[in-house]
Amino acid sequence: MPKVTFIAFNGTQRAVEVPAGTTLMRAATDNRVDGIDGDCGGNCACATCHVYIDPMWTGRTGMRSAGEQDMLNLVAELRDNSRLACQITVDENLDGLVVATPESQH
Amino acid sequence: MSAIPLESTDLGAAAARSRIAAMPLEQINPADPQLFVDDTVGFVFERLRREDPVHRSHSPIPGFDDYWSITRYQDIMQVETNHAVFSSENGITLLDFPPGDEQKLPMFIAMDPPKHDEQRKAVNPIVAPANLNNWRDLIRERTAKVLDGLPRNETFDWVDKVSIELTTLMLATLFDFPLEDRRLLTQWSDLATANKLTNPDAPEPEVRMAELHKMLEYFTRLWNERINAAPRTDLISMLAHGPATRNMGPMEYMGNLALLIVGGNDTTRNSMTGGVLALHNNPQEMVKLRANPALVDSMVSEIIRWQTPLAYMRRTALADALLGGKQIRQGDKLAMWYLSGNRDESAIRDADRFIIDRERPRQHLSFGFGIHRCVGNRLAELQLKILWEEILSRFDTIEVVGEPVRVRSAFVHGFSKLPVRVR
Repeated sequence: MPKVTFIAFNGTQRAVEVPAGTTLMRAATDNRVDGIDGDCGGNCACATCHVYIDPMWTGRTGMRSAGEQDMLNLVAELRDNSRLACQITVDENLDGLVVATPESQH
Repeated sequence: MSAIPLESTDLGAAAARSRIAAMPLEQINPADPQLFVDDTVGFVFERLRREDPVHRSHSPIPGFDDYWSITRYQDIMQVETNHAVFSSENGITLLDFPPGDEQKLPMFIAMDPPKHDEQRKAVNPIVAPANLNNWRDLIRERTAKVLDGLPRNETFDWVDKVSIELTTLMLATLFDFPLEDRRLLTQWSDLATANKLTNPDAPEPEVRMAELHKMLEYFTRLWNERINAAPRTDLISMLAHGPATRNMGPMEYMGNLALLIVGGNDTTRNSMTGGVLALHNNPQEMVKLRANPALVDSMVSEIIRWQTPLAYMRRTALADALLGGKQIRQGDKLAMWYLSGNRDESAIRDADRFIIDRERPRQHLSFGFGIHRCVGNRLAELQLKILWEEILSRFDTIEVVGEPVRVRSAFVHGFSKLPVRVR
């Protein structure tokens, strides 16, 4: 199973293994990873699963969709590597992915 | 309370349910404010979700006219996330103002991108979670003081003494508004949503506008004070110095103030009251909470879902669209009934039960979704969390000792009175 690592705002790391095909948001919420809320349940409708993709991985996680961009416009600290975790599907290609979570979700 | 009033209430509910079940579908008009006063609108939604989830109705209230009711969770989500077709530009309530009517206030909740995004960004930082730490201690201190001042073993109105007082204090804090004048904020909040067409007790439009102009004068004074000082962290200072908001016209300033006042007042106020009623009616949940106070976090989300303090938001179709098998035409108005979506069994398990430790409690529609999602959501949750923590550490019981009085509105889903006794 692919492994992904979440780095919390305070630097704490948490690695989880999830079945291929799981969204990055579900990977976090199913494993009770702090720092990801996922209020809308993965509809790209709330921006509470905001993550910063490790720059080593941005090439593989792909681009934001237009709808995702609309929602990211609402976040507190938007960066070039900001994504919504519900819009990224974890597969073998993303085995080892590292993402950081912001100070809070809003 | 004795068994007799409870039984008669149940009988009343059963009668209302059968009456609503027997109505011809085309006569069903969920925006009828009487359904909210009687608290029977839930039966209407129950039927619509089952029989006609995207429902066209006509309201006899002038300015409401024909509208669609969207009652299922997933259909609401679809409308929320498609702002290119379902616009907010014509307003967020079903009432249409005649063109040029100055009662219609411009505010960012009733704008589409890009202007919406710009103005929203100007107020976003103050209620962003990172900033909430600035307020945490102050909210707790003020909440504690209000609760300590309550009479014990004596009936009082929770709405006035707690819910209004706390939310008004919070607003005064956010605006850095003179505390001694804080009840003006409550008055203005009520006035901003007052509507003579749906509520005969509401003030005449001229009176309403005159009062709102007083509000504008007051806030203009504060604006001038803040713009001539260095930027501070209060909302008015932020608006006065923010590049997207500092050139707002007076009506737009007033509109956005009204939005922030109503957004921060009528909503959390009613969740503060609704939570007390929900726990009174579900004593087993109170037992759970006492046994495990850490449940406060999930309970707060559950209270917000259960109460759904704004029953709907309106959108206007900019193009023809199919929704739940119905043909929506360009120009049609739609009410996304959050109050109904939050009781939709196909999206939320045991949706009709108040469960403080439910799975995924934050998956509810009360804050809306999409680009207009409530900007103050985390602040609202924080206020409620602190309130309940402070209640738990002080009172053994909060007993509802009389019938709640509900607000005559299909939009603000709330209470004007809740008689309680604390021990």
